[in-house]
Amino acid sequence: MLDLRLYMLQRVTAIVMGPLVIGHIILIVYAIRGGISAEEILSRTQGSLWWGLYYGTFVLAVSVHAAIGLRVITSEMLGLRGVGLSVLTWGSFAVLLVMGARAVYAVTAA
Amino acid sequence: MAAAQKYMQVSVWRGDEATGALEEFDVPAQESQTILDVVSWIQQNADATLAYRYACRVGMCGSCAMMVNGKPRWTCRTHVKKVLGDNGRLTIEPLRNLPVIKDLATDMTEFFDKWIAAEGVFHPTKTRYDEIEGIDPESSVRVEANAAIECINCAVCYAACDVVSANPDYFGPAALNRAWSLVNDTRDGGQAARLEAVSSNGGCHNCHSQQGCSTFCPNELNPTLSIAGLKRETVTSLFRRRS
Repeated sequence: MLDLRLYMLQRVTAIVMGPLVIGHIILIVYAIRGGISAEEILSRTQGSLWWGLYYGTFVLAVSVHAAIGLRVITSEMLGLRGVGLSVLTWGSFAVLLVMGARAVYAVTAA
Repeated sequence: MAAAQKYMQVSVWRGDEATGALEEFDVPAQESQTILDVVSWIQQNADATLAYRYACRVGMCGSCAMMVNGKPRWTCRTHVKKVLGDNGRLTIEPLRNLPVIKDLATDMTEFFDKWIAAEGVFHPTKTRYDEIEGIDPESSVRVEANAAIECINCAVCYAACDVVSANPDYFGPAALNRAWSLVNDTRDGGQAARLEAVSSNGGCHNCHSQQGCSTFCPNELNPTLSIAGLKRETVTSLFRRRS
């Protein structure tokens, strides 16, 4: 159910997410302490390629990492195998990616 | 006047998985008594049809493992006093995670098939006409191999493993521990096939490092550590292949 390829994908995405999570938390603290409004945040993020890449990478890593984690949990806890398990893995990856990409687009598109 | 004989209540699994049930026996308590002594007493004095498996009686053959009060044990080396609950009761069942043939005897076929699937078999590189290869007992690979080599195939770790329960494809701690001892065998010529086997669907990457295997291994081996070694080796082999 978890071969070397999936194992590596989950570890690599975890490594990617580590610094991104820390950066995200620092950003939240910074934004709240200054008391800046939603409009002020959007004025800084909209049209920014860097924020788009930052959160785009985050969303991609989360989608891969969480889909593999859900694959293991559903297989072990619910006994799902074979095609059903592949559908669940790819389906959860696609849902997370689309939802995350929509959010990134809404915040960073010019 | 001799002291009155004391008895203990022992529940023993009878029948197969689907239709079996626990049956109660009153077994004479002795000062020094193993779980295998208890099972043998029942078979010899109470019910001759009780099915169970044992051979050496001294902890070398790995035949007599059973669940004792819910935990996997080698019964020939497990003293009753060590495992008797506060209520003074014993429950003896067949090993977990294996199909039950009858009573306390399990079908070990899948356990040994997984050893083969994990490439837990030696691939010789020399013939009988070649010189015997010298192995330095202090070399790092030999030290790693030594740590994993005393497995007696009792399947206690297999019964203790929750990943085996949840994932029937998983090779289990014993097979992977054996594969790791062979990864560290410099005489072996099947390393590429072995690393591929332990990287497959049922391989080492499914282990959650819960360490049930290491907790219950009667020979105090650490299959979790062996599996961690396999994970490390398979990952580094990825980079070696590309360089």
